[in-house]
Amino acid sequence: MVEDVNFDEMWGSDGDLRAPYRQFHNWFDEEDPKRLRAKNREAEELFRLTGITFNVYGRAEAEERLIPFDIIPRIISGSEWQRLTRGIEQRVRAINAFLYDIYHKQEIVKAGRIPQEMISRNEAFLPHMIGVKPPGGVYTHIVGIDLVRTGPGEFFVLEDNARTPSGVSYMLENRETMLQMFPELFSQNRVQPVQNYPVSLLRSLSAAAPAAADGKPTVAVLTPGIYNSAYFEHAFLADQMGVELVESHDLRVVDGRVAMRTTRGYKPIDVLYRRVDDDFLDPLNFNPESQLGVAGIMDVYRAGGITIANAPGTGIADDKAIYSYMPEIVEFYTGERPLLQNVPTWRCSEPDALAYVLDHLSELVVKEVHGSGGYGMLIGPTSSKKELSLFRKKLEARPGNYIAQPTLSLSTVPIFSKAGLSPRHVDLRPFVLVSPESVNVTPGGLTRVALKQGSLVVNSSQGGGTKDTWVLEE
Amino acid sequence: MLGKTANGLFWMYRYLERAENTARLIETGQRIALTRLSQSDEEWRSVLQSAGALPGFDTAYEALTKDNAIDWMLRNQDNPSSVKSCIAAARQNARLVRTAITGDVWEATNAAHMTAEKLLARKVTERDLPNTLRRLRENTALVRGVTLGTMLRNEIFDFSRIGTFLERADNTARILDVKYYVLLPASSAVGTSIDNVQWETILRSLSARGGFRMEYGAGGGPREIAQFLILDSRMPRSLSFCAKKICDNLGYLCQDYGTRPSAMDLADDLRQGPLAQSIDEIFEFGLHEFIQEAQQRLAALTQQIELDYRFYE
Repeated sequence: MVEDVNFDEMWGSDGDLRAPYRQFHNWFDEEDPKRLRAKNREAEELFRLTGITFNVYGRAEAEERLIPFDIIPRIISGSEWQRLTRGIEQRVRAINAFLYDIYHKQEIVKAGRIPQEMISRNEAFLPHMIGVKPPGGVYTHIVGIDLVRTGPGEFFVLEDNARTPSGVSYMLENRETMLQMFPELFSQNRVQPVQNYPVSLLRSLSAAAPAAADGKPTVAVLTPGIYNSAYFEHAFLADQMGVELVESHDLRVVDGRVAMRTTRGYKPIDVLYRRVDDDFLDPLNFNPESQLGVAGIMDVYRAGGITIANAPGTGIADDKAIYSYMPEIVEFYTGERPLLQNVPTWRCSEPDALAYVLDHLSELVVKEVHGSGGYGMLIGPTSSKKELSLFRKKLEARPGNYIAQPTLSLSTVPIFSKAGLSPRHVDLRPFVLVSPESVNVTPGGLTRVALKQGSLVVNSSQGGGTKDTWVLEE
Repeated sequence: MLGKTANGLFWMYRYLERAENTARLIETGQRIALTRLSQSDEEWRSVLQSAGALPGFDTAYEALTKDNAIDWMLRNQDNPSSVKSCIAAARQNARLVRTAITGDVWEATNAAHMTAEKLLARKVTERDLPNTLRRLRENTALVRGVTLGTMLRNEIFDFSRIGTFLERADNTARILDVKYYVLLPASSAVGTSIDNVQWETILRSLSARGGFRMEYGAGGGPREIAQFLILDSRMPRSLSFCAKKICDNLGYLCQDYGTRPSAMDLADDLRQGPLAQSIDEIFEFGLHEFIQEAQQRLAALTQQIELDYRFYE
């Protein structure tokens, strides 16, 4: 086990109540635990009734499950948030500049800041995008930056999600649930609203419409379908934006545009917020077996007939091997020092790094370069000897497939448990919208919490829960 | 609106209507079984037929008993028309069209599904049956209530209504198809208790008993029952009533879209042809033949709507 001398966001490292939690703590002290327990159950019922569920992969019948919700909010002060926002904006601008560069002149490679093979031999690099300028110059319309915290001012970026980040519906519904259950908390605390997210998203997507769009852009959300793990979120966002939720079989290319089959015939789409991976986007250009995409959409895209959000090929920016170059990337494109730190990372593709990682396997977290959702990762300190030796073999067989990071002492935030307030490890995913004119970070985000005591795995597929995340007004 | 969404709305409301109709048929079957002097499980065969649930029953169960028939219609998931299957299918379609319906409608549908899953998780005992059926019906009624109370009167509403009334017309026609012989003048030995029970069954199966008594008092025989269930434009489950509703909502779609699809012609033909006759003309034509023709026309209308509004490819 890791020694549990971590930073608690409510009590600090020394047990003194931190300022952002002061008001909340007063309230909590006066509350009857019995009432709170009842509210806890009520929250679960609310979630079930609203149908905020996710489908679990790897089960015969796609079963719908609830992500556990914890009623104790995670509170961040306005000034903390402001600093964080500046770092996030800087990073997201750098990511977009990086994407433009590697699909055009590759200056960063020419400058020797990133090895050529990191790009050309990367599975996430999409040759189809070479020389393509996306409408408005935006590659990542929606980004989720995964952050962890180790101290009062210490935030680290764990991962950039530049493909199709999910979880924003939980950010919104968690807030909605808290507003319904504890309205008094929101009159006592000045919490910055997150509710504008769907409108901002629509505005941001519309602003990136292609030249082919005529008048008010037609936006649609593309979902793989009702059995996808995030279907609820896809439907939720389409509903909140007031746009159509489409699937592969609703779409086809008509007269050089991607069009949806309506009751009145085919209607062109200007901006497609797709929640389908690149590989499945176009059976003519990518995976020919795909039944989730639109045949020929890439050709329409390259001809400027549609905006795809996020743009195809953005995955290279959140690739875990590229991640380790992020500090260089930020510096190269912004000319500034990175405001947000990376977690130190060993690239197992490099012999020295691999040797170090193999020697210290039981202290490290090892991740697949292309993996996501906490699958296929090793958490050294909590793994058995057998697990370690199994993983060692995998690592030796394909070292280029892995990166390793030290086990950080993640901050904790209390959850409401049978014993009262109990600290649990958390991470944070703020959501960022990028339009041709601006970068906009929603004040809050998705706080994921490892509900098991001492656990560091916050993924919903592996027993994690969520919390409402408050950013206070200054 | 997406063709897929129109399709999802149409079926969401068809399944809700069907769930309610099947629940009502079970209730009727149970009530008749309780009040009959000589008990015969064979009567359940005609209940199954009325519910359109006969196919598959004999492979699922060894014998036709009351318990088996009720279990099949209520909660067997191999029966696509069981109450449980219908509510699950309605909810699945509601998820599909989540962006078209109001939050209230979604939550009521989701709650109906949650309740049904709980109530129908295990075999329902005879003692619990009335209460279970009542709660199931309350739940689907709530969905209808919030639909009427919260949905905009636009194309979305039109497709949901067309689905509702096609299913309802189909259900009424099926019940008449199974029981038409007890309404024939030739076979009616008026006043025998058998016929009274059979007439009662038909009326109860269509929630028409109260309305019929209000209209005809203690009188009224097979001719009046047929007239009431087929032609009475005030009776919300009669073929005429349903056909008028379908025409109304198709008509709104025509206005909205500025085009008149073939489905509108088929619906008009149904009203102005077969349903424009008097009950005596219908008997003269042949009640059975009339009902079969009505059923065929309803099926053809469904197909045409699917085509006209691009439900599928």
